[in-house]
Amino acid sequence: MIEIRGLQKWFGSQHVLRGVDLDIREGETAVIIGQSGCGKSVLLKHIVGLLEPDQGTVKIHGTDLFSLSAAELDAFRPNLGMLFQGAALFDSLNVRENVGFSLYENTRMPHEEIFGRVREKLAMVGLDGVEEKMPSDLSGGMKKRVGLARALCNEPKIILYDEPTTGLDPINSDAINHLILRMQERLQVTSIVVTHDMTSAFKVGNRISMLHDGVIIGTGTPEEIKNSKNPLIRQFVTGSSEDTPPQQKPGIF
Amino acid sequence: MRTNYAALRRLVPLRAMLQAVGQAAVGISYTAGGLAILLKDILSTLLHTKLKWDLTVQQMYKIGVTSLPLVALTALFTGMVLALQSAYQMRLFAAEQFVADLVALSITRELGPVLTAMVVAGRVGAAIAAELGTMKVTEQIDAMKVLAVDPIRYLAVPRFTAAFFMLFFLTIFADTIGMLGGYLISVFKLGMSSHQYLLRSITVLVVKDVATGLIKAFFFGGIIAVVGCYFGFRASGGAEGVGRATTLSVVTALIVIIATDALFTAVFYFF
Repeated sequence: MIEIRGLQKWFGSQHVLRGVDLDIREGETAVIIGQSGCGKSVLLKHIVGLLEPDQGTVKIHGTDLFSLSAAELDAFRPNLGMLFQGAALFDSLNVRENVGFSLYENTRMPHEEIFGRVREKLAMVGLDGVEEKMPSDLSGGMKKRVGLARALCNEPKIILYDEPTTGLDPINSDAINHLILRMQERLQVTSIVVTHDMTSAFKVGNRISMLHDGVIIGTGTPEEIKNSKNPLIRQFVTGSSEDTPPQQKPGIF
Repeated sequence: MRTNYAALRRLVPLRAMLQAVGQAAVGISYTAGGLAILLKDILSTLLHTKLKWDLTVQQMYKIGVTSLPLVALTALFTGMVLALQSAYQMRLFAAEQFVADLVALSITRELGPVLTAMVVAGRVGAAIAAELGTMKVTEQIDAMKVLAVDPIRYLAVPRFTAAFFMLFFLTIFADTIGMLGGYLISVFKLGMSSHQYLLRSITVLVVKDVATGLIKAFFFGGIIAVVGCYFGFRASGGAEGVGRATTLSVVTALIVIIATDALFTAVFYFF
């Protein structure tokens, strides 16, 4: 259970989050949608403890992230896994070292055991035989898979996806959506997906919340969101760039 | 006659000028504070956690060994130029034999450490800022934090330790090569005997001359690494941001190195 209460964040004079309230239930896949630059990624970075709020709290299983010391936060972090927008693989390390990074650095696990775990997680995301490749040798879709394997390596209870399908072709996007669904089925993890890809949102989400101008303006099941009366949500779901719903305009002809 | 203030104001934008000065002052204080905080974090991490030897040795190779050719060339030509330029003046007093003293003293006390630091700041400081900056803008540093690995310990401390020690060794190397440059000119161009040049160089140097230069080198190494890491960690805004971080890192490192050099020279002069 993740509870976000009154979350506010300023960057200089820019008020990015203006009091976000959001509950994410255990084991569900929550999707956060919203326009580019509305603060979705900023919200995600608060949930994972990368940014500190100016006001408000984020509680994960009752633990307030921002009351923890740096060491306590590091001890808590294996509970969270995050897939970054551009996968954020370490360029100087190969796939095996990337996926097993936190195990190599934070545990005394024997290297063979880590290698076994790495192969298991890579198999989980449908990759095989890429252990010794460098990130620069991988395609965009493969990078995302490796990024997901790395997020899974600590066997987290919560997985966060930052725009998982951005920059991928439709087939690879669908493959990533399938992976997100499979992770939830197989591992019973709580997932938070931040996206502006509505196909992906409707496919993977149990509940969808829309973030607009730094506040959550609506939460509901994919069906409820599809049939929402809120003009802002309707506009986003239909992908219309007009301020008001399109109407028949009087023309010359 | 009535003064036309409006026209004057347009001519001399005093407010904008003052604003620019103020902004620059705030910016410099901000950077200085940030550098101090990063240095504190690096030192406390260095004291409280185990050093990552594999990464440190890797950085020592990158910072030290690969800089050798450039440092050698710079030192060699500086030594040669120094010998030629001083001979030009000393010839007036028929005092060419003092070229050896002058080269030995100025290379070990000043030019060896400072030129080495400048060359390394341009080469390595820029590389550190560019590498860490790229990691920052591609979210690799965030990813590292999420994986519960401290970027200061994993990235900054090995670079700091490596630069701290490698600048010392590079400076010893530059001192030697610089004096070799002076030797080549004096012996093959000015007609000084090899024995005389070596003897003069060795007798004129005292431990303090070499030691003060080498003490500076440690600090210059630390400065290059801290400045490079600071601008790298703060980079934002894609490729352009990384470019800006790299430029700022080199410029700041050069300024801080020269200022520190002046401070040290003053301190060593009185003590």
